[in-house]
Amino acid sequence: MSLLRRNWLWLLALVVLLAFPFLFYDWAKGRHSGFALTLMSEIGVMAIFALSFNMLMGQAGLLSFGHAVLFGLGAYCAAHVVNLVKAGTIWLPTELVPLAGGLGGLFFGFVLGWLATKQRATAFAMITMGLGELVSAAALMFMGFFGGEGGITIDRVMDTSLLGVRYTSPWQVYCLVLAWAFIAAALMRLQTQTPLGRMANAARDNFERAQFVGYDPRRIRWIQFTLAGFFAGIGGGLYVLIYEIVTFDTVSAAKSANALLAVYIGGTGAFFGPILGTIVVVLLQSGVSLLSNAWLLYVGVLFIVMVMYAPIGLVGLIGLHAPIWRAGRLRELLLPYLRALPPALMVLLGFVLLVELTSFTTIGAAQGKHFAIAGRTIDTTSPLPWGIALVALGLGALWLRREARAFRLRWDALMEDAKRQAGAS
Amino acid sequence: MRARSGISILLGLVLAIAGMGGASAQQTIKVAYTDPLSGPFAQVGDANLKQMQYIIDFINAKGGALGKKFELVPFDNKSQPSDALIALKSATDQNMPFIMQCSGSNIAAALIDGVNKHNDRNPDNRIIYLNCGAVAPELTNEQCSFWHFRFDLHAAMKAEVMVRALPKETTKVYLINQDYLFGQSVQRELRTYLAKLRPDVQIVGDELIPLGKIKDFSPYITKIKASGAQALMTGNWGPDMNLLIKAGIDAGADLRYYTFYAHLAGGPTAIGAGGDGRVLSVMSFGENVAPELGNKEAEEFTKGFRDKHKFDFSAAGYRTIFEYLQAAVNKAGAVDATKIAFALEGMTIRDFLGFETTMRKDDHQLISEYFVGSFKKGVKYDAENTGLGWATAATVLAKDVDQPNTCKMKRPR
Amino acid sequence: MEVFVVSLLNGLVYGMLLFMLASGLTLILSMMGVLNFAHASAYMLGAYFAYTISLYVGFWPALIVAPVLCGLVGAAIEMWGLRRVHRHGHIAELLFTFGVALIIEKAVQMTWGLLPVPYRVPELLDFPLFRIYGTQFPAYRAFMLLISALMFGAIWLGLTRTRVGLVIQAALTHPDMASALGHNVPRIFTLVFAAGTALAGLAGVIGGNYQVTEPAMAFTMGPIVFVVVVFGGLGSLTGCFIASILMGLIQTFAVVFDVSLADLLAKFGITVTASTPFAEILTVTLPRIGALLPFLMMVLILVFRPRGLMGTRDT
Repeated sequence: MSLLRRNWLWLLALVVLLAFPFLFYDWAKGRHSGFALTLMSEIGVMAIFALSFNMLMGQAGLLSFGHAVLFGLGAYCAAHVVNLVKAGTIWLPTELVPLAGGLGGLFFGFVLGWLATKQRATAFAMITMGLGELVSAAALMFMGFFGGEGGITIDRVMDTSLLGVRYTSPWQVYCLVLAWAFIAAALMRLQTQTPLGRMANAARDNFERAQFVGYDPRRIRWIQFTLAGFFAGIGGGLYVLIYEIVTFDTVSAAKSANALLAVYIGGTGAFFGPILGTIVVVLLQSGVSLLSNAWLLYVGVLFIVMVMYAPIGLVGLIGLHAPIWRAGRLRELLLPYLRALPPALMVLLGFVLLVELTSFTTIGAAQGKHFAIAGRTIDTTSPLPWGIALVALGLGALWLRREARAFRLRWDALMEDAKRQAGAS
Repeated sequence: MRARSGISILLGLVLAIAGMGGASAQQTIKVAYTDPLSGPFAQVGDANLKQMQYIIDFINAKGGALGKKFELVPFDNKSQPSDALIALKSATDQNMPFIMQCSGSNIAAALIDGVNKHNDRNPDNRIIYLNCGAVAPELTNEQCSFWHFRFDLHAAMKAEVMVRALPKETTKVYLINQDYLFGQSVQRELRTYLAKLRPDVQIVGDELIPLGKIKDFSPYITKIKASGAQALMTGNWGPDMNLLIKAGIDAGADLRYYTFYAHLAGGPTAIGAGGDGRVLSVMSFGENVAPELGNKEAEEFTKGFRDKHKFDFSAAGYRTIFEYLQAAVNKAGAVDATKIAFALEGMTIRDFLGFETTMRKDDHQLISEYFVGSFKKGVKYDAENTGLGWATAATVLAKDVDQPNTCKMKRPR
Repeated sequence: MEVFVVSLLNGLVYGMLLFMLASGLTLILSMMGVLNFAHASAYMLGAYFAYTISLYVGFWPALIVAPVLCGLVGAAIEMWGLRRVHRHGHIAELLFTFGVALIIEKAVQMTWGLLPVPYRVPELLDFPLFRIYGTQFPAYRAFMLLISALMFGAIWLGLTRTRVGLVIQAALTHPDMASALGHNVPRIFTLVFAAGTALAGLAGVIGGNYQVTEPAMAFTMGPIVFVVVVFGGLGSLTGCFIASILMGLIQTFAVVFDVSLADLLAKFGITVTASTPFAEILTVTLPRIGALLPFLMMVLILVFRPRGLMGTRDT
């Protein structure tokens, strides 16, 4: 019972995640939305990937530019295993395919880690970058293992399931992804509490001291890197099951960058940060990109805003509220937040409108597209929308600054009280 | 503070409102189109999108099909197969009967496989994959699929066209290709067809280069010059082609450049006036083809685009795709992927330039005429305001590229 | 011999272009510790600025004005962005520059379109300077060599003969010490960042028409610059210079030698056939992987000598 009480958050998350796809359920046709399910499965996979990246960046302070190499190589291993199973050479239940990817990631993490973990800090980052470039170039050149440009395709319907599921529908795969995501996340969470995880922290925070305690920091880095490879490989194995194909772009620098961005946006401070960050990044990339060609610009702006104003990440921002929440006065922040919302929306609207207008005049218009809001086509050459955008942006910014100042005062006062309260009790 | 952090979520919302308003209430035949529309390779999808939109408007003005209009729905795949598959899911969710994709055989392979599996598993919601430019020969041979229709000649056919266009005086050629599936197959096919059609030609050099990694091609030019080659044959695209030709021109090498992609958006600008009479490209359509043939209607059609967009209409050949779709949907009598696919099989159409084309039944490969253009001064329509344009150097008829195939097509019952 | 001489010249030209790009990054990375992902974007901006300026007033003014504009952009980025981010650590700075790179790419696409722009070599320099074994050597390449040599000289003099230069040099090797001695390190940071960006811009001005000016040029040029800087070693301009030339020459000469590991093994009496394990890797010839050699070399040098070729401290 205490186990249940301690882990209620995990259970709640599981229930919510299982129920969530039904919001997109097409009742008329009686089927799930494949798009929503695939997107959510993608989030699951990328969350595992980001968490494993955080084992390096957050826990051990190692910035890797080539983490996708482990993810991708794990995926390739899993794909080959699936094809062997399908051919009848070996037997493996579908549910354990991600494990095959994980072992592949473990192996390559061990081998590449031997090279990379000889150094730390910038040198480590550059080694991983070099390895990433080499592997992604090799993935295109060598047909045998990587299948060239076309990659390796698989058929996930192997009929070797332990549960008797055929995995024909995205829903079944989503459930499998969810299960593995929870297992992997739980294992990674446990790992942070092992002596190894603690020592990785120590080596991150004070390299020399960790050495004096009697641990070999290099070995710690190596083991940590190998384990991160294992979890990234699990992600890769799941990727193969979702898309039934693995191509060279799974090892690319862009994929590595995604993990870095997700982890940073979410925040390295708390275990769940990378998951939150992943949700934001995937929604931006696969959701917003369907609506706007300028999505990369929004990504760029988001990062700059985050880095400048909230380097602690989303989780960090939420964490800031903890003292006030403990003092039971979170409700008093509601009004200031609500007051800040309209100007923030205004700034956002003005900015988005401005970017979209520019984008449409220079690129979009020639594509024969129409810039429409609520079904009304907007003439991007007339001054009216530009005026609206500029006014919204300018006035919104001024207003937001005012509200922000008021918010700041309120916040400081609340914090002060909360601290005093905590001190008194 | 939270207002700022919530930006991402709000952003999505705002954009959703901005973007979704465009959907029209009228019933249309939706064609999902997926190619890179953002990032470093955005020009590929962008150029195609502009031209296809024009063609679709034209086809719709001619009545569409079954009284319905075609509608192009773009999806950005960022050159990633996974994103193309997400686009496929989105298209099938909305019951779109077609998904179209033009660039990248990695994405094409993923889409063929994805479409096959989707159609197998969801017989009530099938989709046809229209391939408008992924040219790996495998896609209509070993990997051929009933649901995949390719509306561009594949690499082996283009290689044959290129070899056929090689003038008699040329006896020494040099091959340079990118080191991945496509480049490797171009290399293989060029060798095959040179041996078959031009046994007098000697291959004095054969090179593979890493994809997109080389910034200076001068060393290659030095090597090519040393080999005494008269012509350079390459399947390179993007910077790998532009920089190669530029380096050759700069070094004053006396070479002809036989390319697959020099005519695509950006190529003429990058090559510039130095390429006068030296650069040739294998193309499905050139803007000077119609005036050269004296085909007024086709010329009007291409000129209309140029007047409207200040942009070359190099992909006017896509009109054939939509004419096939129009005819097939009408013939099928319903917007039903299976019926349309059966209608498309073996269909023949006289394209707008007046040549016979066939959608071959056994491998779903379009067999059409093809051109080799030469980049030179003094043509009626120049390319990208360079003053130079593509004059037709050779026309290869459909029957000459009708290569055999190894496809074992599985048809649904 | 013929191939050797021509390749040497070509290798030098490419190496010097790399140096122009990498020298700025060496300054920035060594002094500020910023892995500046927007550096190649400055290269692209330089080319585009030069294109637009040369449309109106010609190439020669552009040669001065475009780098200055890039420098101003750099200074603005440093003063209003990077400086605020600095206290959040190196990863924050890196992500900041990453965001800047994304914004610049999109801004370039929105301003100049998605296609390459016709940025051409000025007519004054558009002639073959001399012929060597039948291959023309364009005058523009000689001009590139000249500009980069001048630039190298200018940086050298600036760093060794001026007061600011000496402070920068001190800050390069002992950043903490320099600030402890009371020098205005933030201002020097701005200066160095602006100068580094301007150098990249200059590289863009003369590299943009030598290559192709298009929105993807930053993306394709990015990684190799890091390689040069890290290989040369932090805090050493000489190392950066040697590394650039070396990378230029290696990539040029790799193309010339058609050998593979299989050929090497054949010397020892081992023949590689299609059935040999790893045959695919063993039969890869040098030209096929020439462009990858820099990455391989970077990994190896970092593993065994983390300070790079001539670095003054570990990377």
